[in-house]
Amino acid sequence: MSIWDKLWGRRAPTSRQMARERLQLVLVHDRTRISPQLLQTLKNEIIEVISRHVDIDREGVEVTFTQSQRQSRLVADIPLQGGRQKYK
Amino acid sequence: MAARILTITSGKGGVGKTTATANLGVALALQGQRVVTVDADIGLRNLDVVMGLENRIVYDLVDVVEGRCRLRQAMIRDKRLSELYLLPAAQTRDKTAVSPEDMVQVTEQLRPEFDYILIDSPAGIEQGFKNAIAPADVILIITTPEVSAVRDADRIIGLIEAEGKESAHLIINRLRPDMVRREDMLATSDVVELLAINLIGIVPEDEYIIISTNRGRPAALDDHSPAGQAFRNIARRIMGEDVPFLTIRESPGLLERLTRLVRSRTKPGG
Repeated sequence: MSIWDKLWGRRAPTSRQMARERLQLVLVHDRTRISPQLLQTLKNEIIEVISRHVDIDREGVEVTFTQSQRQSRLVADIPLQGGRQKYK
Repeated sequence: MAARILTITSGKGGVGKTTATANLGVALALQGQRVVTVDADIGLRNLDVVMGLENRIVYDLVDVVEGRCRLRQAMIRDKRLSELYLLPAAQTRDKTAVSPEDMVQVTEQLRPEFDYILIDSPAGIEQGFKNAIAPADVILIITTPEVSAVRDADRIIGLIEAEGKESAHLIINRLRPDMVRREDMLATSDVVELLAINLIGIVPEDEYIIISTNRGRPAALDDHSPAGQAFRNIARRIMGEDVPFLTIRESPGLLERLTRLVRSRTKPGG
């Protein structure tokens, strides 16, 4: 990191940022009672189901939580293949 | 005069429920309100000591519930404020000595006589907590800006919502703006965003709280205590007044960043 990065506050994660991120995760798990293991299972099954019908980029699939106010949401972000035309 | 009943709870122990109850009681009484504080922490009573009334206890909440005395006999008038009373907990029993229904009955008897009833909840989520929230019109949740406290506060909010008690407000206690500026403590905005309930007060870390407990004289009585001032502000908000939050500078200015940068580059071995 250059002196300019440090000057403007870009640095390795601070303990405050770590606390915030960890809490976000912990609170969602506590509220929804979806364990990290269950989340992984959900992700795997979502990948299986979707890929039965369309081609997807399995490596790029992300299944995460978001929350706004006290409403939690499970969000699946699934990149579809076939977006780029390959020359035959 | 029909009292509003406020329960002060947190989940996590040691974050300042008893201190807040004592100080809010004093602050409301200073505003001319007629207030009774109720210690619901049966077996581990402390509201008496924080208010400096520990040597006045004759009867307690369990004596009232079990019919050994009249409610009036158990209530202790504050030394300094004539409109402030304490209903102490028992020290030799435990939380099972009283039920949520008992708490509702006792507070219903108190309601016509007071403007505010403040119930100091014990830590935890078991019987003591259930007793404390049963009669509540409003619930004040205390947290500190730390991971464990925020997590427990969230659990409490979930339990309260499940009980159908909608009116919950947050007090962030023991905030250290210097640590927030150094990025080593959660900021007010972080905590409010995570818990997503209405913020009713921010109380800064203040050595004077320890001194006030040593003396048995709540900080809200003192003009020089920042925490005392914060509790007085919260009392006014409870009464419906719109009191702006003290602007606590939580992000570092340019000069502070430069100073930090120079310091880190001139550290020995760095």
